Amino acid sequence: MEFWFNDMHTQNVQLSIRVEKQLFSGESDFQRIDVFESPEFGRFLASDGSVIFSEKDEFTYDEMIVHVPMAVHPNVKRVLVIGGGDGGVARELTHYEEIEAIDVVEQDKLFVDVCRKFFPANACGLDDPRVKVFYQDGLRFLRSRQDEYDLIINDATDPLGHTAGLFTKEFYGSCYKALHDDGIMVYQHGSPFFDEDEDPCRAMHKKAYRSFPVSRVYQAHIPTCPAGYWLFGFASKKYHPLEHFDKKRWEERGIKTWYYTANLHVGAFMLPRYVEDLLEEEENS
Amino acid sequence: MNLNDQKHAPIYEALNRFRKQRVVPFDVPGHKRGRGNPELVELLGEKCVGIDVNSMKPLDNLCHPTSVIKHAEELAADAFGAAHAFLMVGGTTSSVQSMILSACKSGEKIILPRNVHKSAINALVLCGAVPVYIDPRVEPKLGIPLGMELGDVRRAMDENPDAVAVLVNNPTYYGICSNLKAIVELAHARGMQALVDEAHGTHLYFNENLPLDAMSAGADMTAVSKHKSGGSLTQSSLLLLGPNVNPRYVDKIINLTQTTSASYLLMSSLDISRRNLALRGEKSFEKVAQMAQYAREEINAVGGYYAYGRELVNGDSVFDFDVTKLSVYTRDIGLAGIEVYDLLRDEYDIQIEFGDISNILAYISIGDRLQDIERLVGALADIKRLYAREPSEMFLAEYISPIVAATPQAAFYAETESLPIRETVGRICSEFVMCYPPGIPILAPGEVITKEIVEYTLYAQAKGSSMQGPEDPDIRYLNVLKKGG
Repeated sequence: MEFWFNDMHTQNVQLSIRVEKQLFSGESDFQRIDVFESPEFGRFLASDGSVIFSEKDEFTYDEMIVHVPMAVHPNVKRVLVIGGGDGGVARELTHYEEIEAIDVVEQDKLFVDVCRKFFPANACGLDDPRVKVFYQDGLRFLRSRQDEYDLIINDATDPLGHTAGLFTKEFYGSCYKALHDDGIMVYQHGSPFFDEDEDPCRAMHKKAYRSFPVSRVYQAHIPTCPAGYWLFGFASKKYHPLEHFDKKRWEERGIKTWYYTANLHVGAFMLPRYVEDLLEEEENS
Repeated sequence: MNLNDQKHAPIYEALNRFRKQRVVPFDVPGHKRGRGNPELVELLGEKCVGIDVNSMKPLDNLCHPTSVIKHAEELAADAFGAAHAFLMVGGTTSSVQSMILSACKSGEKIILPRNVHKSAINALVLCGAVPVYIDPRVEPKLGIPLGMELGDVRRAMDENPDAVAVLVNNPTYYGICSNLKAIVELAHARGMQALVDEAHGTHLYFNENLPLDAMSAGADMTAVSKHKSGGSLTQSSLLLLGPNVNPRYVDKIINLTQTTSASYLLMSSLDISRRNLALRGEKSFEKVAQMAQYAREEINAVGGYYAYGRELVNGDSVFDFDVTKLSVYTRDIGLAGIEVYDLLRDEYDIQIEFGDISNILAYISIGDRLQDIERLVGALADIKRLYAREPSEMFLAEYISPIVAATPQAAFYAETESLPIRETVGRICSEFVMCYPPGIPILAPGEVITKEIVEYTLYAQAKGSSMQGPEDPDIRYLNVLKKGG
């Protein structure tokens, strides 16, 4: 039997993944969630028909979105994770002993429940005693928070879908307000390659660049993302991702990773010319 | 309302049957299901252009409905509790105008609130009726026009016993409702027709917790802007009649100005949205009301903003409040409503309905989701954080009773001349002068310009009030009727 899952990366490009069987399908107020078993990517989860993460490549962005800011900020005590109900980001954060509190805000309880059931290796991150899960809209959670966090991680991936509110000026503004004076916010920055992804990518940088004194972009290779290429945003009130990068301190921690290394940290901020150009255009527009 | 009948959508069903028949078109429209205009198909889609067809036997004719359109109108009448319903395709402007043209003839008087929609005054230009205006009270802090007070209506009727109709604007844009039932009773006791501009009230018919709708209040005619809260396509509307109005006469009036090529896109949207409202409206509008209430509470919790609700109700000029409306007073953060409106659009990619000098109005409807409400509230909180200023005094408008010297029709067709505003005292104005806030005309065509009005206009302008209407945007000149003209 031929059973393929097609992830439409654009109207004209799709990624086909052979599927062994479907493990789950359900609909919440926010999205349709499907879980599949596949020979190449292992289990993967799709939201409204788009792959959100797979067992095979989730380590890339979970590591990149956590270790990059953690290797820069000298003293992270309180972390807020918006989205990230799968637990992968929380799991990476639990490697750091100095962190006292990890608040995970995920509006869709079904998403968390599904991840707990089908992706226990990620969801174990939610079981750490420092982790507290809030089933709430991210914008709403942030509205009442002021000067509370050292690090905010926006793990939402889709600037056009049900998490659109987490890619807006008001979101970046609320994050700025919720952070301490030396706080850092990192966020999924989308993929710049295909034409239809370029505009949201530009818009994100424009908003973050105008909301934070420091705003840099870094990259990773993630096979299930459009064009296999993904960007992250590093927005910060004080620390620069390279100038304040403490390589020695991070290496001494001895955290086991599969993607992130201290050398890669520096390299990830070296962007292709076309990406540099489009970011600069937004900075100067 | 017969719920079983309401499951039908006759125009929609006829269009579906028609599509399956694959009839070869040798009639208009000339794009022939889009084939002659591929770019239009690219924009609108094949399905859409495929039902952009002309009146024909299986699809009925809006000018003289005998089959599916007639049936759709009967279902609409039943759904809205009306004796008769007309599907309208010229916007609610056409509904309001048909209503007024049906109610009064040249020289007859009609009682109106002073802040009536332009379409109503334009109807008077068409038919030559004489307006008798009632002062809508203004909320002093918010600067918004309210409803008509019962005492004012009674006085206007006592002073003009020969008036043939009264028009009520209910609910207003801001959600303010007058005591509709009492006004209708006053009118009927004096043999006057009660007309309602219900452009912002489609939803009132489908949820029992919302203010009273015009048909339930016993009104004779009401113009319902189905495309606003009802979910049909822009430009589609309904004109509803009570039991004591002759539908054949109203039909004649409608056909004076109505197109003979009514759009099936508009008519089918009216049909489908009526079915949707009849079957699911109660629940949908419950949700809309809850979302608006949630937004009000969250916006008020941000501080500096005032999202108002039922607490405005005072038993007369605010007899009731439509809780689905989300209006927010913004001056306490030092920003005019229009400034917040611009910031929301330019900086936050949020388009709201309007902003005036003191308020913004965000339209909440059956198409909204909670996450979008969060965006709006989040943006308002961020605007306060980034842009708030010291509040400034607001100019409070006063009501000056107009002196109607000529009908709007006579003023419209008269020969006019442009004079410096100070030289216009004693002359008859041929144009509107509006003052925002609260958006109530100081002068309407056919009214005498007094010394008081000139001074007030200049004063309001100097105080930073936005003056609109006249040909000369700076209002140094006004157009007046030529003497002896």
